[in-house]
Amino acid sequence: MGRLSGRLDDVTGDAGYDDHPPRMGFFTDTSVCIGCKACEVACKEWNSVPDDGYLLTGMSYDNTESLGASTWRHVAFIEKPTAPTSSSDVTVDLGMPGNGPPAAGQDQTTESGADGMRWLMSSDVCKHCTHAACLDVCPTGSLFRTEFGTVVVQEDICNGCGYCVPACPYGVIDLREDDGRAFKCTLCYDRLKEGQTPACAQACPTESIQFGELSELRQRADNRLAELRDNGVDVARLYGRDPEDGVGGDGAFFLLLDEPEVYGLPPDPVVTTHDLGSIWKSVGAGAGAVAALGVAAFVGRHR
Amino acid sequence: MSPREEVVPEFEFESYYGRPILKQPTWKTPDIPLYFFLGGLAGASAVLAEGAAATGLPGLERIARLAAAGGATAGTVALVHDLGRPERFLNMLRVLRPTSPLSVGTFILAPFGTLSGIAAASHLTGRLPRIGRLAGVGAAALGPPLATYTAGLIANTAVPAWHEGHRELPFVFGGSGAAAAGGLAMVFTPLNQAAPARRTALAGAAIELAATETMQRRMGFVGEPYRQGRSGRLMKVAQATTAAAAAATLLLGSRSRAVSVLAGAASVAGSVFTRFGVFEAGMASAGDPKYTVVPQRRRLDSREPTTA
Repeated sequence: MGRLSGRLDDVTGDAGYDDHPPRMGFFTDTSVCIGCKACEVACKEWNSVPDDGYLLTGMSYDNTESLGASTWRHVAFIEKPTAPTSSSDVTVDLGMPGNGPPAAGQDQTTESGADGMRWLMSSDVCKHCTHAACLDVCPTGSLFRTEFGTVVVQEDICNGCGYCVPACPYGVIDLREDDGRAFKCTLCYDRLKEGQTPACAQACPTESIQFGELSELRQRADNRLAELRDNGVDVARLYGRDPEDGVGGDGAFFLLLDEPEVYGLPPDPVVTTHDLGSIWKSVGAGAGAVAALGVAAFVGRHR
Repeated sequence: MSPREEVVPEFEFESYYGRPILKQPTWKTPDIPLYFFLGGLAGASAVLAEGAAATGLPGLERIARLAAAGGATAGTVALVHDLGRPERFLNMLRVLRPTSPLSVGTFILAPFGTLSGIAAASHLTGRLPRIGRLAGVGAAALGPPLATYTAGLIANTAVPAWHEGHRELPFVFGGSGAAAAGGLAMVFTPLNQAAPARRTALAGAAIELAATETMQRRMGFVGEPYRQGRSGRLMKVAQATTAAAAAATLLLGSRSRAVSVLAGAASVAGSVFTRFGVFEAGMASAGDPKYTVVPQRRRLDSREPTTA
């Protein structure tokens, strides 16, 4: 049994691998996401993820809604008025249609927002947590840590107990209703084994989704954040990068341009097993109370 | 209904189109809340049965043995039925994982079911009395953790109304289990053997009510689903039923057989309502982003008072 919370630098070694490749992950830089959904399509195609219904949500360009058993990449679209919210006048022109012509020669971080609105787009994915609650609560051992430090469901073992679903602090994993088993992003475990890039990162036309060794991605993210801050984009922040955070850092982390909750992400998730000691202690104390009560009930008269 | 002094302000928070952040549990109703009830009933009944056997109360022992074995059997059926792939239920026994109360619980329920079954069969048929009694002792040892591990199971999730109640929930469930076991025994046991059942029901009710109250006070805003909406109504009905059953038991339970039957039945019903109330509170808690965002945002803001 590995560590359950806090900083953990070698999660793969902690899971029992003696000799293993470096931890691999995603860095999703939402400041260059154009909302093309190529990642969603590539993921569905490569992993043969079934259709999960077609409906018009009215949520901007997002008809995918959220991550789930049959959606392993989800592109969020947020339309926000510029004027009152941001402490900076700088917004990111993402070149979306219907917002006036993009001026020639502008880069991603130039000023726009002439129509008083800004777009936020972000491709969400399973975070492949350092301390993965889904994995730690799985009673069958179906969920496991791969040699790449990622978290994967073994479909031939999962019996659909559903414990992983409410355990995930990000609301990622879910049961497929007609199938009964739990599914989520595998970080393209099959492709990783062949030394290939996961389908979503391969398909991303703007390198918003970057795949690589986690240590290198963190370095890259720090540089990108510094660059954006230098350009005055002070709303930029990294999410899930900190190995000291509530889940010990994410294997898939993000650069965001607003608060996490705006994107549907929890602002400060803490893995449930952080409190496991206290939980077991209370269960034991409660059981002790029931036993004591049982003994006390037979002391004295029995009529 | 007078307005309270402290008015809870509406919290401002941002979300993605008001969508929940967490996934709602896929556990089905009535399977899972029913199992919580049956596990509590069976676990506490096994303790009652052993006490009755040790003190020579055959009428009490009989119903308690049957409740322990029957509750465990019916509960197991409910659990297997809830699985997405019921034919793979044996995969639960592949590993024993201390980080998963569901895994640990499987290794409590499986031997408990076997032992309580042997004890009940031996008691009914009169065969192999020593082995039956030994099995009964084993079931009584596993009974209390069987009654409380389910609270640890739901507490070990990201669902705020469950997780934040992890200190009190095992007492709510344990007390509720004892109230059910005592109540059921009161219904079927003649008055002159029912005193331990009444005490079990009373003490269980007291623990359950006190723990529920403490939990709600401590949780504050996150505990809202225990007070509001469908889950809030279920909890209120549960508390009223349990309290009424306890009052009747205390006043007339030892004198009137009719009151003993009615109060016992009410005690069982209160336990059922409690499990459904707690279950629904978790569902409501997971289904509304405010219970996830607001406490986390507060925690963040208190850590770094100024944000860029």
